[in-house]
Amino acid sequence: MTGLAPPAVRVRPAAGSAGGRSGSLGWMALPALAIFVAFGVVPLVGVLVLSFTRWDGIGAIHPAGLDSWRTVLADPALPHALWVTFLVMALSWAFQTPMSLLMGVFLAGHQRYREILAVIYVVPLLLSSAALAITYKALLDPNFGLGVGLGFSFLVQDWLGRGTLALGVVVFVVSWQFIPFHALIYQGGVRQIPVTLYEAAQIDGAGRVRQFFSITLPQLKYTIITSSTLMVVGSLTFFDLIFVLTEGGPGDATRVLALDMYKRGFQANLMGPASAIAVILVLVGLALALLLRRLGGRDASASQQEGM
Amino acid sequence: MATLTTGADRAAEAPPGQGPRGRARRAAVGRFNWLGGLAGWVWLVIVVVPLYWIVITSLKARASYYAQNPLAPPSDPTLENYRSVIESDFARYFFNSVVVTAGAVVPAVLVSFMAAYAIIRGAAGSRFLRWANVLFLMGLAIPLQATIIPVYLIIIRLRLYDTLLAIILPSIAFAVPLSVLVLANFVRDVPKELFESMRMDGATEWRTLWHLAFPLTRPALVTVSIYNGLSIWNGFLLPLILTQSPEQRTLPLALWTFQGEYGVNVPAVLASVVLATLPILVLYALGRRQLLSGLTLGFGK
Repeated sequence: MTGLAPPAVRVRPAAGSAGGRSGSLGWMALPALAIFVAFGVVPLVGVLVLSFTRWDGIGAIHPAGLDSWRTVLADPALPHALWVTFLVMALSWAFQTPMSLLMGVFLAGHQRYREILAVIYVVPLLLSSAALAITYKALLDPNFGLGVGLGFSFLVQDWLGRGTLALGVVVFVVSWQFIPFHALIYQGGVRQIPVTLYEAAQIDGAGRVRQFFSITLPQLKYTIITSSTLMVVGSLTFFDLIFVLTEGGPGDATRVLALDMYKRGFQANLMGPASAIAVILVLVGLALALLLRRLGGRDASASQQEGM
Repeated sequence: MATLTTGADRAAEAPPGQGPRGRARRAAVGRFNWLGGLAGWVWLVIVVVPLYWIVITSLKARASYYAQNPLAPPSDPTLENYRSVIESDFARYFFNSVVVTAGAVVPAVLVSFMAAYAIIRGAAGSRFLRWANVLFLMGLAIPLQATIIPVYLIIIRLRLYDTLLAIILPSIAFAVPLSVLVLANFVRDVPKELFESMRMDGATEWRTLWHLAFPLTRPALVTVSIYNGLSIWNGFLLPLILTQSPEQRTLPLALWTFQGEYGVNVPAVLASVVLATLPILVLYALGRRQLLSGLTLGFGK
């Protein structure tokens, strides 16, 4: 980062204590803290409180004890929503990770044409989820869509009308948008791997595949964890894409937790149960973040080249 | 801190085959990576076909959308779709999106920068700042849209429902944790000696913040602004829940309602998609490197 290169400075002999802090530092953090508390922390506590109330979104809020939790936990829709959320998460991870790894390694080469490819790959990232969902809805139309255009009969399907297919479409659209993002992360990771490692491997006669599995993959460990964390935690927030693309349908086939929360709260006006779902969503997110952190062993931002 | 250097930057520094980096790289690559190459080119087709389809379809008359092969270029290209989208109050939605994005990104980045500076400089000696830092880190692990119901309640109670400010305030809050984290990493990289010499010169923390840390972390500030700008420009949930009237609609929400109103008029719907994405594409063309580093936020370690 050349922009951060320090100008030549004459360091004066440090006199006195190094900690020249004052009360003003605390004040500097205050605006960010205030707005984050007001619209982040307070709502987080609020959602837990609201899960013990009855509220239709407009009128007065009444305490309702454990009613919402009883309703939600007894409803077979909850395990279903959890399962769909898990499926979207697992499938999009399983599809995106190998693809973006492969492409990241490919893009790490410095050839000019690969840079041009990267420029094009990124365009889907610039589209909003709403725009993406609208586009794919029309593109997958069995009568006027891509299948007809290409003349491939297997592409002519009622993509959004059948449960498993619709789920597959969601996973594909997510991947279409985010694989380039993760490929760029891996590209950066691959470029940080010391070239000496490959040179040593080459002297030892290791082939390309061997080099990939013995050097590239282990060296990318923390990049993989970072990318996976973003994928997994991010998959909890695919609300807008699914909302516009399928509205959770057909039936409940793509009704993930976030969508379930929205539908109960803002369509059925049952804010109590919706808040209970939201609490579950928060717990799932926290659990996943902790799990992935443990998996990483330590902070993913730590050096990957320890012991070299 | 090489994390935010994009591929393009480095290639510019060392063209392939020249300089130590290029030479070493070629030695490392050895034979051509067929599998990666195949994946790369296949993915290009997968990315380009839908984009191509969006553009050509948006130029088709409604009748030829039904009559022609979907992938054939329009037989009678027309801008009619664009005209009808623009006439459907597009300018207002565009303006709303600009207000929301600018109104949220600028304060979000400024307050996050101040907080990042304070945490890096003062966390060692202040329990309050350590505590604030932990709070921001927690915010990273929580899917913030799960808090949307209480946010809705707060916005109603503040009598802000159905205003642009209703979108702006939570957008700032949601942007703060990640922005603080990324900016703190950059403030940490400012050499301690520089802070020390500012202190020796009798500068206050406030002055050091703006005259030393701010210019030195400018690339990171741009990066964070782009990242937040893109996610707020494209945001859907907050406008959906916190506004109601067409006068307060932002672009993503307008796209969704266009789709409801035009329904079967797919070319017009796609014209609205193109128009809503155009500003970002223009920015992308102007500042590709900054945008790319903004998109990945330096996760590519």
